[in-house]
Amino acid sequence: MNFDPRYSGRNFASVGTRPIRPDGVDKVTGRARYGADFNMAGQLVGRVLRSPHAHATIRKIDTSKAEKLNGVKAVITAADLPDLTDGDAALYDILDNCMARKKALYDGHAVAAVAAVDARTARQALQLIEVDYEVLPHVTDVDEAMKHSAPVLNDTIFTEGLEQKPVKPSNVTKRSQYGHGDIHEGFGRADYVVERSFKTEQTHQGYIEPHACVASVSSDGTADLWVCTQGHFVYRQHCAQLLGMEASKLRVTSSEIGGGFGGKTHVWAEPVALALSRKAGRPVKLVMTRDEVFRASGPTSATSIDVRIGARKDGTITAAEATLRYSCGPYAGMWAELGAMTAFACYNLANVRTVGYEVLVNRPKTAAYRAPSAPMAAFAVESAVDELAKEIGMDPVEFRIRNAAQEGTRSSYGPVYGPIGIGPTLEAAKNHPHMKAPLGENQGRGMACGFWFNFGGQTCTDLNIGMDGSVSLAVGTVDVGGSRASLSLVAAEELGIAYEQVKAVVADTSSLGYNDMTDGSRGTFSSSMATISAARNAIKVLRERAAQMWDIPVDDVVWENGHAIAKGEKYGNLAALSLKEIAAGSGKTGGPIAGHSELVADGAGVSFATHICDIEVDPETGATKVLRYTVVQDAGKAVHPTYVEGQYQGGAAQGIGWALNEEYVYGKDGRLQNPGFLDYRIPVCSDLPMIDTQILEIPNPNHPYGVRGVGETSIVPPLAAIANAVSNAAGVRMTHIPMSPPRILAAIEAERGGRWSK
Amino acid sequence: MVEVTLWGSLGAIAGGKSKVEIEAKDIRELFRKLAEQYPGFEPYIDRGIAVAIDGTIYRDTWSKELPKGAEIFLLPRLAGG
Repeated sequence: MNFDPRYSGRNFASVGTRPIRPDGVDKVTGRARYGADFNMAGQLVGRVLRSPHAHATIRKIDTSKAEKLNGVKAVITAADLPDLTDGDAALYDILDNCMARKKALYDGHAVAAVAAVDARTARQALQLIEVDYEVLPHVTDVDEAMKHSAPVLNDTIFTEGLEQKPVKPSNVTKRSQYGHGDIHEGFGRADYVVERSFKTEQTHQGYIEPHACVASVSSDGTADLWVCTQGHFVYRQHCAQLLGMEASKLRVTSSEIGGGFGGKTHVWAEPVALALSRKAGRPVKLVMTRDEVFRASGPTSATSIDVRIGARKDGTITAAEATLRYSCGPYAGMWAELGAMTAFACYNLANVRTVGYEVLVNRPKTAAYRAPSAPMAAFAVESAVDELAKEIGMDPVEFRIRNAAQEGTRSSYGPVYGPIGIGPTLEAAKNHPHMKAPLGENQGRGMACGFWFNFGGQTCTDLNIGMDGSVSLAVGTVDVGGSRASLSLVAAEELGIAYEQVKAVVADTSSLGYNDMTDGSRGTFSSSMATISAARNAIKVLRERAAQMWDIPVDDVVWENGHAIAKGEKYGNLAALSLKEIAAGSGKTGGPIAGHSELVADGAGVSFATHICDIEVDPETGATKVLRYTVVQDAGKAVHPTYVEGQYQGGAAQGIGWALNEEYVYGKDGRLQNPGFLDYRIPVCSDLPMIDTQILEIPNPNHPYGVRGVGETSIVPPLAAIANAVSNAAGVRMTHIPMSPPRILAAIEAERGGRWSK
Repeated sequence: MVEVTLWGSLGAIAGGKSKVEIEAKDIRELFRKLAEQYPGFEPYIDRGIAVAIDGTIYRDTWSKELPKGAEIFLLPRLAGG
């Protein structure tokens, strides 16, 4: 990489300001085009037939009647999507999830699809497809699935990571372990030990926009895909490989995105739409219903976690351990492993051990959800930390500060930390007015910390300077939270021009080199690095052109505040040339002026946050009201502070929903009982207080501006902060998420009963 | 020569070792030599291994140099949301 990413400590003119986002007007006027807003001439309607069974062998699928229905142009099954994954197990799982092959593995698993002239005909055709199922015993609970008596979903899976290779297949795909020191010795030195078990139910990312795409395969083998995604280059790779196409012949254009949060990081319906289009010879639009989104796309894991933490009287933690069991849906994952890595990452621990178990269940394929797996682990650990502080008689913030990781601490997942921000977020929380505000009757305050890794990835950016001096910035990371505004600020900063002179767009896959998707909090971190690099390359060209215009050596031209300046007394009479002037003459000095960059943005730097929450609990009904909420998080450098605050607030809002209401409810038949926003209740504005934010800026040494990712960490502490607040308000430790009114009421009544029986 | 710490699953493939010593100047050479010495590592390298160098995690910059005396820690490639 010919680019020095080290932090330079410069002063900023544009970065750190709050201009209006370039996509704002279109979004508030309804002009912005999302996945379902695109149409093509001759377009058909795609619909998917889904299994009504949680677990069933597919004996036979008869599509003949559907094919004969007037208006039906194509019917496909797994036979139309043969296995081209070439031994790539993860991609095979994605393929099988897109279209079941031998078995339906969860309620809602796709088994066939049709393309028809209209939605009514497509629905009728689905009813004419005859599937012969052999219904099998199912299991949807993570703890039940680990029992020897549980039905085994996949008899080719033998648990990885055990000391002795197992002889029987199991629903546990892998055991992972992290930690260091001697926990037995550590617990032996503890004056106080807290040991608790916790559960969290499965939640959906709850993106408002369902999965949607339009696929068009031409008879010459080329294809276009318009799609709502977090990573159109990744979707191109997946689709091309699954359909046996060359990637360059598939152009994927990303639409605006109505939320993804990790749920749009791999393909779901897109290969199906392409296969239908290929078979029908016409474009196909496929839009999931909300029911399908819940039943068949991206929930997070349900978990079952045991935590034990010991500390001395002086408040020093001597040992900590956790056993984490995470559901993966029917396919292998690394969800428990991520929980095991992140569980104790906030703390300086001499003795720590975490063990993760990945567990297959008859539920949809687990997908990432904003700092995947970390919120559940933090819920368990931060609840136990709070309880331990109480037992010792220490203030929970002081207890955490005493044990917080710092530079030089060996992290619980292995490496030694460089400069990190957990201490400053705790100090800021301690000194925040929120911590001193009075509480009323039945009200409680909770706080908690959270950690996430953040990462970068492959990134490519083009910066083109028009002859009028305006700048087009083409990026390949999908804008999920205002990154076009942030990246325009970065381009303006480097070039020394006004923000309004820059127009950023997300380019399609045929117009730009490969980009990893927008995940891992990487969008602004990575693409800002590439934008800085591209702008610097463009400045090099601008200096060369100015040198030509002046007929002087390029080494005598410097770039300052948006102008080329001839340095040295001998050029005293030369007036500075603006970017606009140089651009206007570009046709006569060598043609278009552009800067390009392709790089791997690494060194994103780990991220920490501390949240504070006040809750009121109605002891008669168990109902809760969030009274006040504060997020403190390190951003490295907030490029556009409003959108950093938006990420903090969004993570907290989703965490509040997860903590208090959201839950997949399965019946005994293994079918999802609440696949809709009426019965699966995400928070709306009236459920939430103003979420206050405090941005800390501890520069990332591996980014020229000090930027860190901010998109994910904000969802890590809320479950625990809210659980601590509810526990303090209700006077009983809450151990099961979501803390819905019936669950809180049951806990209060059990506590009252316990007290009375004594 | 750099000392490389392995996470649990990799350690099992390396005969139960938690640390191995490798002569490597950068991540690319590290992976090449690890695969030579421990063929069982190859599927993991194909799947993706992250390398923490003095606490900073690198996923794809295989040209990253391994400074003498640095703490080198291998981790599974992370997923994000």
